[in-house]
Amino acid sequence: MSMVREGLLYSKEHEWVRLEGDVAFVGITHFAQEQLGDVVYAELPEKGAAVRQHSSMGVVESVKAASDLYAPVSGEILERNIKVIEKPELVNLDPYGDGWMVRVRPTDRGELGVLLSAAAYREHIGESPGTGGD
Amino acid sequence: MSTDALLRTALNAEHRALGARLVPFAGWEMPIQYPSGIVAEHRATRAAVGVFDLSHMGELRFTGPGAVEALDRVVSSDIAGLGVGLARYGLLVNEGGTIVDDVIVYRLAAADFLMVVNASNVAKDRAHLAARLPSTLAWADESNATALIAVQGPRALETVAALVDAPAELTALPTFGVIRVTVAGAPVIAARTGYTGEDGFELFTATSQAVGLWRALLAGDGSSSGAPVPVGLGARDTLRLESRFALYGNDIDETTTPLEAGLGWTCRLDKEFCGREAILREKAAGGPRRRLVGLVVEGGIARHGHAVVADGQEVGRVTSGTFGPTVGLAIALAYVPVAQAALGTTLAVRIRDRDVPVRVVLTPWYRRTI
Repeated sequence: MSMVREGLLYSKEHEWVRLEGDVAFVGITHFAQEQLGDVVYAELPEKGAAVRQHSSMGVVESVKAASDLYAPVSGEILERNIKVIEKPELVNLDPYGDGWMVRVRPTDRGELGVLLSAAAYREHIGESPGTGGD
Repeated sequence: MSTDALLRTALNAEHRALGARLVPFAGWEMPIQYPSGIVAEHRATRAAVGVFDLSHMGELRFTGPGAVEALDRVVSSDIAGLGVGLARYGLLVNEGGTIVDDVIVYRLAAADFLMVVNASNVAKDRAHLAARLPSTLAWADESNATALIAVQGPRALETVAALVDAPAELTALPTFGVIRVTVAGAPVIAARTGYTGEDGFELFTATSQAVGLWRALLAGDGSSSGAPVPVGLGARDTLRLESRFALYGNDIDETTTPLEAGLGWTCRLDKEFCGREAILREKAAGGPRRRLVGLVVEGGIARHGHAVVADGQEVGRVTSGTFGPTVGLAIALAYVPVAQAALGTTLAVRIRDRDVPVRVVLTPWYRRTI
């Protein structure tokens, strides 16, 4: 499986963003979950919370270590994924699917411009271009 | 510590070939985990059998006349009464009564002892012992010539027995027993000891024998279910913590005493040994002021160094903390004042500026049932 999925935007801190209309789904990348190891705990912002791009909005913990979850865009949290809180291993099993973290309503779509394309993120993590695509 | 000076065990290339993630640990480049991950390795050890490269550990060898008397005076536990073919856990304690190291002493023959010490403490232990052992005693640091492979889990016995020249003797070996055997063609010292809470063996061999022994152990009997898996230091840590084994450098060190750490049982106070007077003084003064207690954390994962809080005041520190895969709980060890050490006491651990409730619980969190 490729670590990077086409059609998503990526932060250098290894979050992905999937836009659906005026709402953004956010999670951590396959690369991030692999680096982190088995995820055993997730702390996610509550509905209604305001998050700021590049600021910590939660924590993902593996057996070995805690890792900050950064907001890839500023906005209002519409929902946090309760399934991930209840079953943190979803982040390892399906980082781009059932392992999503939060739904955000971005307040400044201009911020999306600083995020990386799949190709740029692939370069960021040192994955060779030939291995891309799902 | 600079990474270019890291020592490599004889199994370093094996770890690389298996896809291990290698990290610096106590001056060695060691596998923290293999591709299956810490939780899978932990579960495989609890359910079947895990194979660990522990060649970074230190091995000191004491031989000849006077060895038993000399060791009995530097180790807290009863070495004089240790039978040939048996091993005992004990502590090296300094005159101030704090812990220099925790060790296992194996009596291989009447006057032949192997002491296994923590990798990070080899140089310190050597200096400590050199200053306290009689100069006439023959002893040597065999760490760099010795490979150590642990085989742990409910299927450890059948895994090693299938490769050993003396399966009946191996099977009959009691817990903390030690014998010389040949495993997969390698002459080994096999001990029924470990650091996981499971049945199992620790196999000491010459570094030149390590690769053959490692490959044979991992090959198992060829069956796919419950086959031996390589286990890294990450799962070694979760396995030992669930079983409440202290980790030197985290839970015990030269700022902690045996009584504080709950290791008073390793100290034979009716014999002379280095540190005894200080322990007796601590007892006479009413015992330790703080104790190492087990915690269950509700709503977060406590880590080494986190503050323990009671009524808003810091009262102690977490020394080890993780999520225990088998017990399914966030668990931790922490030093807390004796007044707060009773089972059932509710305290808090400060995790990222938030006070997360914790409860003092009976340990170990995990005890094997067979």
